[in-house]
Amino acid sequence: MPDSKSDLVVRRIERGTVIDHILVGRGLRVLEFLGLHEDFEKWGIVALVMGVPSPKDEGSKDIVKIEGYSLTPEETSLIALISPKATINVIEDYKICEKYQVSLPKAFRGMPGTICPNPNCVTNIETNALPEFTVESAKDVVHARCIYCERQFIAERVISPNR
Amino acid sequence: MSLKSGHLISIRDFSRNDIDFVLDSAKIMSRKLKESGGDPEQPAQGKILASLFFEPSTRTRYSFESAMLRLGGKCWGFSETVGTSVAKGESLADTIMMADRYADVLVVRSPIEGAARFSSKIAKSSVINAGDGGNQHPSQTLLDLYTIREITKGISGAKVALVGDLKHARTMRSLVWALALYGARVVLVAPPELRFSEETLEDIHHSYHFEPEVCKYIDDPLLEDIDVLYLCRIQKERFSDPLEAERISGAYRIDHSVLSNFSSDVAILHPLPKTADEINPEIDNSPHAWYYKQAANGIPVRMAIIKLLMEGINSA
Repeated sequence: MPDSKSDLVVRRIERGTVIDHILVGRGLRVLEFLGLHEDFEKWGIVALVMGVPSPKDEGSKDIVKIEGYSLTPEETSLIALISPKATINVIEDYKICEKYQVSLPKAFRGMPGTICPNPNCVTNIETNALPEFTVESAKDVVHARCIYCERQFIAERVISPNR
Repeated sequence: MSLKSGHLISIRDFSRNDIDFVLDSAKIMSRKLKESGGDPEQPAQGKILASLFFEPSTRTRYSFESAMLRLGGKCWGFSETVGTSVAKGESLADTIMMADRYADVLVVRSPIEGAARFSSKIAKSSVINAGDGGNQHPSQTLLDLYTIREITKGISGAKVALVGDLKHARTMRSLVWALALYGARVVLVAPPELRFSEETLEDIHHSYHFEPEVCKYIDDPLLEDIDVLYLCRIQKERFSDPLEAERISGAYRIDHSVLSNFSSDVAILHPLPKTADEINPEIDNSPHAWYYKQAANGIPVRMAIIKLLMEGINSA
């Protein structure tokens, strides 16, 4: 059966997750905060395709394919912070059995891998003060505001690459 | 209103109605103070206020304690960590949890940003933010607004110049937010190194379409018709070049000759402590010197805050 042009670059997966419509250039960041860039034994085959032509995505997009893994709701929320229009395709037996667009959380608290970039914030000093943010979005830019120090950051800055 | 949460943490939690309600309550307290030296109803009788000052303070701590005493309550506390378990490495959380069992109102000042919000989440007592790092100082802002309301016909119609270290002073960070909320006209006067960050200004602009005027020096024509000149200390220690620090500091010093550039009834506010670097002592006895009245206003405003927190009153 003929595949789409992008699938010619990387083969289809039997079971797992395809994160599609990632903002072009942000795919590597998605891999980083999912931890896919370092813990290779934990994952199946992982593919990152960058700069895939896509008129729907202002010209091009990135795609991540993860064999044998389903994203948790928390991970889906984090992807929304990096690429608010990404879609998640859950794959079973080479077919899409579920497809949805990521949605920005209004707030998130104590999510693994999140950190307030302000070193003088109480969340970086007191062990029991878990990072907590509210989310604001305007013109495709997503901001996260720390509820403690009240500083506002580009959302992906609050996601640690070393989660 | 925001005090309904049982805590006073950030001026950002307030609407204009919330602030007006606190200021109106402070006005009532001021009248009671004049008539009987306190609130005759003694609403804080049997209650204890703890001053947990992890940083030094004079006015804020003592005005909160005076306010509590004039409401009929009692106080204890510390203004430096020497001699407390904090000096032995106790966490903020443990100190708060301990104080929470000893007092009904916790007034917290800390160099750590977010310390008060965190404290409010783990304490059953009311928490008042008396300054958290470079973030917020909401009770100072409320008394600043109270004083501006006394000076002018109304906060929204006032033209206020914020002068000095806008970048590091939490009083400025709190106050500019409130002035934007009221739609006051604001002029920011600071050297480029000490201005609000772009992020801070964008943040306020995003919420209130805040568009302040900006200038570098105190003799700028933009300041000719201002109602209030709000000064704070230029923090010389922030400069790598002491000569540059001295030059900049001198450029913002207020004396009678500088005052001739302003309208004849301009009022000078300062959160204090001030030094002769900012205001020549010759100004202290002039009608322009509102900073002592401003400091005195800390009592009725903080009495109102404590009373409202304890009563859980809301403006609805």
